Amino acid sequence: MTTAQMIFGRLTWDSFPWHEPIVVATFVAVVLGGAALVAALTYFRLWGYLWKEWFTSVDHKKIGIMYMVLGLVMFLRGFADAIMMRIQQAWAFNGSEGYLNAHHYDQVFTAHGVIMIFFVAMPFITGLMNYIVPLQIGARDVSFPFLNNFSFWMTTGGAVLVMMSLFLGEFAQTGWLAYPPLSGIAYSPATGVDYYIWALQVAGVGTTLSGINLIATIVKMRAPGMSLMKMPVFTWTSLCANVLIVASFPILTATLVLLSLDRYAGTAFFTNDFGGNPMMYVNLIWIWGHPEVYILILPLFGVFSEVVSTFCGKRLFGYTSMVYATCTIMVLSYLVWLHHFFTMGSGASVNSFFGITTMIISIPTGAKLFNWLFTMYRGKIRFELPMMWAVAFMLTFTVGGMTGVLLAVPPADFVLHNSLFLIAHFHNVIIGGVLFGLFAAINYWWPKAFGFKLNVFWGKVSFWCWNIGFWLAFGPLYVLGLMGVTRRLRVLDDPSLQPWFVIAAIGAGIIAMGIGAMLIQFAVSIWKREELRDPTGDPWDGRTLEWATSSPPPEYNFAFTPVVYDGDTWADMKKNGYQRPLSGYKPIHMPSSTGAGVILAGLATLCGFALIWYIWWLAALSFIGIVAVAIGHTFNYKRDFYIPAEDVTRTEEERTQILAAGV
Amino acid sequence: MSSATATMEPRAYHLPEEPHLHEGHSIMLAFWMYLMSDCLIFAILFATYAVLGGSFAGGPGPKDLFDLPLVALNTAMLLFSSITYGFAMLAMEKNRVSATQGWLFVTLLFGGAFLFIELYEFSHLIHEGAGPWRSAFLSSFFTLVGTHGLHVTFGSVWLITLMVQVARKGLIPANKRRLMCLSMFWHFLDVIWIGVFTFVYLMGVLR
Amino acid sequence: MNDAVHPHGGHDHHHDAHSHGSFGSYMIGFGLSVILTAIPFWLVMSGALHDPQLTGIVIMGFAAVQVVVHMIYFLHMNTRVEGGWSFMAMMLTVVLVVIVLSGSLWVMYHLNANMMPHAQMEMDMGPTQEMRVMQNMSEMP
Repeated sequence: MTTAQMIFGRLTWDSFPWHEPIVVATFVAVVLGGAALVAALTYFRLWGYLWKEWFTSVDHKKIGIMYMVLGLVMFLRGFADAIMMRIQQAWAFNGSEGYLNAHHYDQVFTAHGVIMIFFVAMPFITGLMNYIVPLQIGARDVSFPFLNNFSFWMTTGGAVLVMMSLFLGEFAQTGWLAYPPLSGIAYSPATGVDYYIWALQVAGVGTTLSGINLIATIVKMRAPGMSLMKMPVFTWTSLCANVLIVASFPILTATLVLLSLDRYAGTAFFTNDFGGNPMMYVNLIWIWGHPEVYILILPLFGVFSEVVSTFCGKRLFGYTSMVYATCTIMVLSYLVWLHHFFTMGSGASVNSFFGITTMIISIPTGAKLFNWLFTMYRGKIRFELPMMWAVAFMLTFTVGGMTGVLLAVPPADFVLHNSLFLIAHFHNVIIGGVLFGLFAAINYWWPKAFGFKLNVFWGKVSFWCWNIGFWLAFGPLYVLGLMGVTRRLRVLDDPSLQPWFVIAAIGAGIIAMGIGAMLIQFAVSIWKREELRDPTGDPWDGRTLEWATSSPPPEYNFAFTPVVYDGDTWADMKKNGYQRPLSGYKPIHMPSSTGAGVILAGLATLCGFALIWYIWWLAALSFIGIVAVAIGHTFNYKRDFYIPAEDVTRTEEERTQILAAGV
Repeated sequence: MSSATATMEPRAYHLPEEPHLHEGHSIMLAFWMYLMSDCLIFAILFATYAVLGGSFAGGPGPKDLFDLPLVALNTAMLLFSSITYGFAMLAMEKNRVSATQGWLFVTLLFGGAFLFIELYEFSHLIHEGAGPWRSAFLSSFFTLVGTHGLHVTFGSVWLITLMVQVARKGLIPANKRRLMCLSMFWHFLDVIWIGVFTFVYLMGVLR
Repeated sequence: MNDAVHPHGGHDHHHDAHSHGSFGSYMIGFGLSVILTAIPFWLVMSGALHDPQLTGIVIMGFAAVQVVVHMIYFLHMNTRVEGGWSFMAMMLTVVLVVIVLSGSLWVMYHLNANMMPHAQMEMDMGPTQEMRVMQNMSEMP
């Protein structure tokens, strides 16, 4: 081994993709944009502010916002991948190769899936749950504030590794689940699959810890009087989603460890020889993969429950059945995983069992939908943006769910597996369910987080662009799938298919306009925030406890912990003449900020980087660093402080004045 | 519901004394949940061993490799370490610092013996050409047993750390909580080992 | 109402959460574990039951019992710990472990059986014909 190899592992000058003009251009753009950002932060002297007030914060509200920012940034990257694919597929007919070679295209579709699931959807829902759940249960923070901060930075570390793969080395070309033998060392010897593995392992630690954190919070930190059946539905769905996280992510962790052992240590788990069995990987990864999609959707079901009941001015219909349906979905999600590989050859008896369980799991979701509809019936419906997104969800997601039940029939799946029909199905449910739910949640809770509402006009522009764009982009894919077109194709032979792909590309373009409109909505709202200001803290006549606080809430959330008498707690309090206490404030016990989370996650990311590039000395050093810093951190026993009563008094009196002025 | 009248008691929406969750209120439940998630990791490794454990790829199988008397010795070491940790906990409940430290140290010795024997076994297997790369059976064996061993190693590092922290600060509530978490961890590892010696070693020889 | 309602004053004695053992209970657990370990080892090493299948089932039973012994005497598990949440978490984990283990075994058994290459025959006549021949063959006495 040369000295350079000892120091740098397999990292060389050729690791930068000099010969790929698209990547080089992207790199230049990123460098320029990054430099501009750094320059602006330095000029406005924001580094100290960012470090003290945001990066080291253990406040669940700040961490929640940081998760949302991460999700948004990664969403733009993941969507860029989508546009690239649509253009390629609309173009590459009649002998044309399009503009992306196979090496590049395969990374694009892999990165698109990995980013959207792990670094967009997961951070978005984690951000929402982090921000809202403690407020909804009347708590001041989560059970483990430091761990919360650490979880966020681990997720960010994973995202950094994925983004880094664009400019150093390559990303995986295996699809988002990296099936062996293709993902094994024999067929993917370069850095791609290693970036995939370590990005997911680093982020996965963060996600699992966050799951434990939120479960403990919901179980232990509810306000007095809030029994389980008086919790808001969003808290219930968060609880079930976090149980799924803790019960499923270890499976992903273990399976990726086995794959990395195959790649690094020459073991024979999923190899073609020495007794390995690649089918076992598919089996294991989907035992994780199916609960994962329920992790994504359950919190958003909770969002819709909150939104529908608030904007219809009524209690949610069938609260008890909603809770039972959510718990049923949670358990059943472990009994359906084989429907992702009906065609791998397990035979009729196995396929029938899983086909039946898959159909059964659609029933509780249907029950939820009927509950939302019955809530709307005879309600005073206000079509604010969150409610518009909720209705769009009901229409869009239902279609996607139905195509799912169609796919649950094994003989049908034998025709449609890995066709564009499948792609259309899961985008239908993820966009219609997860994404529309996120847009509803953002429009609903933005005023709470920032103190002013979002601009309605641009919100509506975004709404219509998304709805029209979605159907234009994915409707053709249903047709193409039924006609037999396979997924992940880079070049197509049949010219009669091209019009469909062109329509799909136009749809993607309209979605792009919808995303642009949303960004404009944010910008315009921030610019015009004084006109959109929410002084009361309760702009929608909300029904749950988060609306009892100011917008944004003070650091300590509640000056006095509320006592809960009924579900829809805030609505109940308003109805029974609740009066905010105006004096007698006490000092409030809070957890201290710390930089340990950033440092630990940074070391973990560095370790992942070193392992990817075979820089063994750096991997060993950074690993020892992680252990040393973690142990060192445990020697710090004093991690809390008290907010003085005078500060609380001042904050609360300010609020009293604002409320009085509004009245 | 009627509006508040003179005859109805006004509701108290806040308590006269703020409810205060004591320090470390969630740690036992949270650590237990982490252990359940660890259980699932081992379940995957057991499942992999169950599915791939018969694939010898023409190489040696359990009957050729497993030394049951050595495994019995190892099992005894781990079981003794569990009981000595239990004695440490009993001393901790009585706030006896030196007794606690003493039993913790003995636990460390037994844990160390377990790891030493296991490393000896692994190196012996590798010497015989039966390393983890030889077959899927051996890959699963080394990974399952090795992961358990890694957990024992981390537990031992944690134990040493706690001995230092108890020496510095005594048996304060925070240290007691940490010792209780390690207790759960340590006993959990013994539970996993029951699965290992039964399904890997004993069943392996029976096949 | 959860226990957050009651202020604890100066002391931090946990009135709910974890149970502690006693010397007696630790010794019972230890003694049972020794017996439940020694017997399986003896059964296998001596071949006393003369039937590997039966021995296998017996030692699995002993393992299951010893796990319960550990749970009760070392981990102090009962339905009251953490208000019942620990027990519920454990039961859910047990259910999931059973699903993962039995599901994987069932699925992989079928996959291996169906996907095991019958190399030469399949190469000569193609998969469909080969399957037909295999089915016919399985009907033979």
